[in-house]
Amino acid sequence: MEKNIISLRNVSVTYGDETVLKNINLDIRDKEFVTFLGPSGCGKTTTLRIIGGFLTPDTGTVTFEDTQINNVPPYKRNINTVFQKYALFPHLNVYENIAFGLKLKKFKKDEIHKRVSDMLRLVNLTGYEKRNIAQLSGGQQQRVAIARALVNHPKVLLLDEPLGALDLKLRKEMQRELKKIQQQLEITFIYVTHDQEEALTMSDTVIVMNNGNIQQIGTPVDIYNEPVNAFVADFIGESNIMNGIMVRDRLVNIFGHDFECVDTGFGENNPVDVVIRPEDIRLISPDDAKLCGKVTSVIFKGVHYEMTIVSDDFTWLVHSTKAAEVNSVVGMEFDPYDIQIMNKMEEDK
Amino acid sequence: MKKLTSAPYLLWMAIFVVVPLFMVAYFAFTDQSGAFTLENIIKTGQYTPIFVKSIAFAAISTAICLLLAYPLSYILSTMKVSYQGTMLLIIMLPMWMNFLLRTYAWQTLLGNNGIINNLLGVIGIGPFKLLNTNGAVILGMVYDYIPFMILPLYTVMAKIDKSIIEAAEDLGCSRIQSIIKITVPLSIPGIISGITMVFVPAISTFIISKMLGGSSNLLIGDLIEMQFLGNSYNPNLGAGIAFVLMIIILIVMAVINLIDKSDSDDKVLM
Repeated sequence: MEKNIISLRNVSVTYGDETVLKNINLDIRDKEFVTFLGPSGCGKTTTLRIIGGFLTPDTGTVTFEDTQINNVPPYKRNINTVFQKYALFPHLNVYENIAFGLKLKKFKKDEIHKRVSDMLRLVNLTGYEKRNIAQLSGGQQQRVAIARALVNHPKVLLLDEPLGALDLKLRKEMQRELKKIQQQLEITFIYVTHDQEEALTMSDTVIVMNNGNIQQIGTPVDIYNEPVNAFVADFIGESNIMNGIMVRDRLVNIFGHDFECVDTGFGENNPVDVVIRPEDIRLISPDDAKLCGKVTSVIFKGVHYEMTIVSDDFTWLVHSTKAAEVNSVVGMEFDPYDIQIMNKMEEDK
Repeated sequence: MKKLTSAPYLLWMAIFVVVPLFMVAYFAFTDQSGAFTLENIIKTGQYTPIFVKSIAFAAISTAICLLLAYPLSYILSTMKVSYQGTMLLIIMLPMWMNFLLRTYAWQTLLGNNGIINNLLGVIGIGPFKLLNTNGAVILGMVYDYIPFMILPLYTVMAKIDKSIIEAAEDLGCSRIQSIIKITVPLSIPGIISGITMVFVPAISTFIISKMLGGSSNLLIGDLIEMQFLGNSYNPNLGAGIAFVLMIIILIVMAVINLIDKSDSDDKVLM
């Protein structure tokens, strides 16, 4: 396990009377690909700007390799940023953009040339040295922005929704490339996105944020399979979220039926949120099932069919490779470990 | 369709720009009887010292305007957006008053018995000769024309994406370095239009030099005015001087634009 490179302790930010970040605590390990995931306005970009040095938190401390860096300006941090709209210098060409940081650090000319050429090769832009920024496509500008940051060999690279402006195909391609670059160069990447699929695909660790709070920190698998609350479950992937009563450890009551589950420690007869992923539900004959419902729609999605099934006034979302007839009555079952129990969310504000 | 809608403007330009230009040229190359002559242009040569002085005054004023306006515009563009409008209003406020009135105000301020000399008298120095000096003329030009420098500079700087400045700082620029390496090159179009908007009126001004520089402090503007309204009535010579002045301004502008072009390719048109 690598040691922590960046730590935030009790970090809060307030704009006027609006609290943007509430008491954030987190550790980022060296060489890790970390993603801040959340809806717009959740505080993810603010957190990134604090790490980059563009914003000083009102309270709390930011440490970089065990040194407090709250008041260290961006240019003195061993961190570089890929900005949301690339922020390339329009008066400089591709080569000059990438060489910008090295020239400031007074590198020798041939060292600059070598490093810039290496970077251009890394981002597949060899031969574009003399191009004007305005002549490049969005994807190419994106690559220049990445090269311009990475050429300085930072310890940490910050990426603020860097793929937001690209079309789906290009985005997927760049996701793979970014992940490859990160593994190749062994640099810590801190990535901000609102796209849950992007977060799950690329990250070692996902930090889910909402309303200026961290909701959950975990691996993509943990976040998907074991969401800690209804917000995370709802934001990551599709899910059926319903009210339940935790009868006792390993037994939950949903819609009047007791189901075995694997969760413990939620007390006895406590109201909880229950999540069941649509792909974990099997359709069976109504005679064998505790839960029955009427199929209200069937949509073909390629790999699977997406069905909605109404039972006890609750609409279930079910993914299955076999389609049921619309208006037919079906039974549903799921395995104990597919039931995820979560505490009811405390009111955030 | 496009041709049709542009017709009124073309007509306007023809009547109020092209025709007057030809008239100036016509007068410049004819004598009082209307016969062709180069005498007016040749005669202009005897006013060379005044031309030199006018160009020097305009250049000095433009330079001072640029030096004063650049930091101000920069600070303005980095302010909170809500303050920017108020600050801009305060800067523009004096312009709402009549130009003549403001120049008169300087006359009373700078005079031997003016407020400045009176105040200096209180602490026991002076009076100094402030009015009717070259300094007073340049002061008047800077004061009157500086808003024309601030506006284009501010407009260009306010349009520079803040994240570009942040990117520069991220890559190792201190605040000063980011100004030199990013803000200045990106504000060149503003510098060019600012210089144009100050230099052109400054080189042909006549009221400021007359009111603050005294009767002996003649500039080209005064010279031209004298040919049309003064005792030495000679519109042909006046047109001749104006024509030469126009050529000088055109050359200066062409040189400035050339510097601009060599600097970068994507241009904001003035």
